[in-house]
Amino acid sequence: MTADNIRKRGYITYEELKARGLLPPEERMLKGPVAIAECPEEIPCDVCVVTCPSRAISKKVIYELPRIDWNKCTGCGICVGACPGLAMFVIDMSKGDRAYITLPHEFLPVPREGDEVILLDRKGDRVGRGRVVRVFTYRRTYVVTVEVPRDLAMEVRAIWVEK
Amino acid sequence: MPRDRRIWKHPIIDFKRGRKVRFFFEGKVVEAYEGETVAAALYAIGIDVLTWSPKLRRPRGPFCMIGKCSSCLMKINGVPNVRTCIEPVSEGLVVERQREIPPIPETSENRQVHVEELDVDLVIVGGGPAGLIAAMEACKRGLDVVLIDESPRIGGQLVKQTHKFFGSHEWFSGHRGFEIAELLSKKLASFKNLRILTRTTAYGIFKDNVVGAACFGSTPGNYTIRFRTCIISTGASENYLVFPGNDLPGVIGAGGAQTLMNVFGVRPGERALVVGAGNVGLIVSYQLLQAGVKVLAVVELMDEIGGWFVHAAKIRRYGIPILTRHTVKEAWGCERVEGATVVAVDEKYEPISGSERDYEVDALLLAVGLTPDNRLLAQAGAKMVWLPSAGGFVPLRTVFQETTLRNIFVAGDSSGIEEATTAMVEGAIAAITAVESVRGISKEDEKYRKRLLKFLWGEYRASPVVRRAAEAKKKALIDPEKLEEVVRG
Ligand SMILES: Cc1cc2nc3c(=O)[nH]c(=O)nc-3n(C[C@H](O)[C@H](O)[C@H](O)COP(=O)(O)OP(=O)(O)OC[C@H]3O[C@@H](n4cnc5c(N)ncnc54)[C@H](O)[C@@H]3O)c2cc1C
Ligand code: SF4
Ligand code: SF4
Ligand code: FES
Repeated sequence: MTADNIRKRGYITYEELKARGLLPPEERMLKGPVAIAECPEEIPCDVCVVTCPSRAISKKVIYELPRIDWNKCTGCGICVGACPGLAMFVIDMSKGDRAYITLPHEFLPVPREGDEVILLDRKGDRVGRGRVVRVFTYRRTYVVTVEVPRDLAMEVRAIWVEK
Repeated sequence: MPRDRRIWKHPIIDFKRGRKVRFFFEGKVVEAYEGETVAAALYAIGIDVLTWSPKLRRPRGPFCMIGKCSSCLMKINGVPNVRTCIEPVSEGLVVERQREIPPIPETSENRQVHVEELDVDLVIVGGGPAGLIAAMEACKRGLDVVLIDESPRIGGQLVKQTHKFFGSHEWFSGHRGFEIAELLSKKLASFKNLRILTRTTAYGIFKDNVVGAACFGSTPGNYTIRFRTCIISTGASENYLVFPGNDLPGVIGAGGAQTLMNVFGVRPGERALVVGAGNVGLIVSYQLLQAGVKVLAVVELMDEIGGWFVHAAKIRRYGIPILTRHTVKEAWGCERVEGATVVAVDEKYEPISGSERDYEVDALLLAVGLTPDNRLLAQAGAKMVWLPSAGGFVPLRTVFQETTLRNIFVAGDSSGIEEATTAMVEGAIAAITAVESVRGISKEDEKYRKRLLKFLWGEYRASPVVRRAAEAKKKALIDPEKLEEVVRG
């Protein structure tokens, strides 16, 4: 049972996200940056719903899974900085052999544009190096966009900046 | 002695340290910053042992950091048994460790104790989220309110929460815990009908509706507070776990560690092991990482992670392993934890011999649950019920949060362990009902209270991930009509 697996391991896999219908359709992925909520449990939280400037995320009751209207999402990355679960990511697969991942970061040192950083997957394994292309802060969470090899787009979910 | 444990750079918090002060610790002059408590200041400069157990003389260090566990009792300016974790430093204090149970001093110096009698519409004991919201709702409606908290600053657990909160935007979701505390404190400062007594402990509820409270420190006081209504929102205390070495300095409650690193900016250790993968254990692990502490693993007895998936995912992606079906077998060390042995358990949760693994750590954090602190209610004779899923004994109450003692309400973790959002909503419901008791309820307030109840029971607590706590709270309910029966006995 997948439900048990994620609660045993503490991370979810690409296959599991797909099976649960939490990923945008392929055509949308290829079109430009788009948000993914890796928030698979029915927790009482409405932060993404109320912060998305495009009103792309909805819930009927507070504990539903967040539903993203991928056609409305502009990939702005605000939800990445707002989400208390640090579960929102923006993926851009529209630019050739490189993919761009926007992810939350709350550690020092602060990543700067141009920095080369370590790429971590969902279970903390170092899967390569990437380059920071953009950083902004939202309520003191750094929202960082990294350029990664295309095949790592659905694997990398954190960065580590070497001191 | 280890180097100074203070954190100077943090991704989330700007520590505002006060001016330097000097005090005497066992005859030596030591430095601290205004705003620190004695225990925090000593821990910061590497003093691990604050006291010894009276019988076996085992070393003791800070555990809870909120005045609830008594492992930090020291003699200050000649007064024994002072809870140094909530006692602020000041210039020239004389601090000594106690090696046995000290005799009660004769009134050697003439300590002037300020004595005051108060008469109020509402007294609130405990200034966490539940108490702060209760104060706000009651003050807005014109009640005369006194809010008591034994810690030097109000906010309760919120002041040490550096992560953003979940919940509803109507209840501050998306804000970090300490920001919520600041916001509420600021709002409360504008009320003329509110008096806040910090560093003041309520020690009893007496007949004819009187709360007794004592203020410690440089301006000692004793307050007799006659009330028409009373809300108890005293929060919870952290649980211990039984294993050899569990009393070594460096074995710290997860909340205690949060207070050290997030309130005082003092690193609890360099290398840590966390016991318990509920939300508290998961969050504290993430916060340790932010404070520059290496977290070797989170150990969890059960088959699966107890906390929310998103909290687990946050630490897994930085490589912190979560070992389910494992427990801590023992901790070792001389005057401080130097390591701990972790062991796997079978289906019956019995240790599997041969599976032991040693970890060299200087901090072992216990995040194994909380117990509601409702001693005042028990003392006053409120009917209690034993509900393990709520954390222990909790008072019976109506949906309006009234206990079996008329006009005495309970809200927040002291009514059963839950979380900040529900604590705030319970506080609001209790406050509005207190207003009703004092001067009747307006149509609008009745409507508002209905909406709060609907949100609490029909929406928030309907989430499957909080079901266990919600069911427990349901079990503690008595029909408002039944209250009459219970009261009459
Ligand atoms: C690690 C961690 C993470 C958490 N994360 C979240 C989260 O993301 N979202 C969420 O909603 N909740 C979260 N919570 C839970 C939340 O912080 C608590 O449920 C909430 O603070 C309970 O509020 P309270 O007002 O009942 O008690 P508390 O906040 O514990 O406040 C009680 C107050 O009473 C005072 N007091 C106690 N006894 C006396 C006495 N006799 N006299 C005078 N004063 C007294 C204490 O000094 C204290 O200030 C978290 C808790 C922890 C530990
Ligand atoms: S990326 Fe921007 S538009 Fe898309 S869901 Fe997030 S906040 Fe909304
Ligand atoms: S803000 Fe984050 S944690 Fe909250 S519902 Fe949205 S995705 Fe989930
Ligand atoms: S009472 Fe001070 S550490 Fe617990």
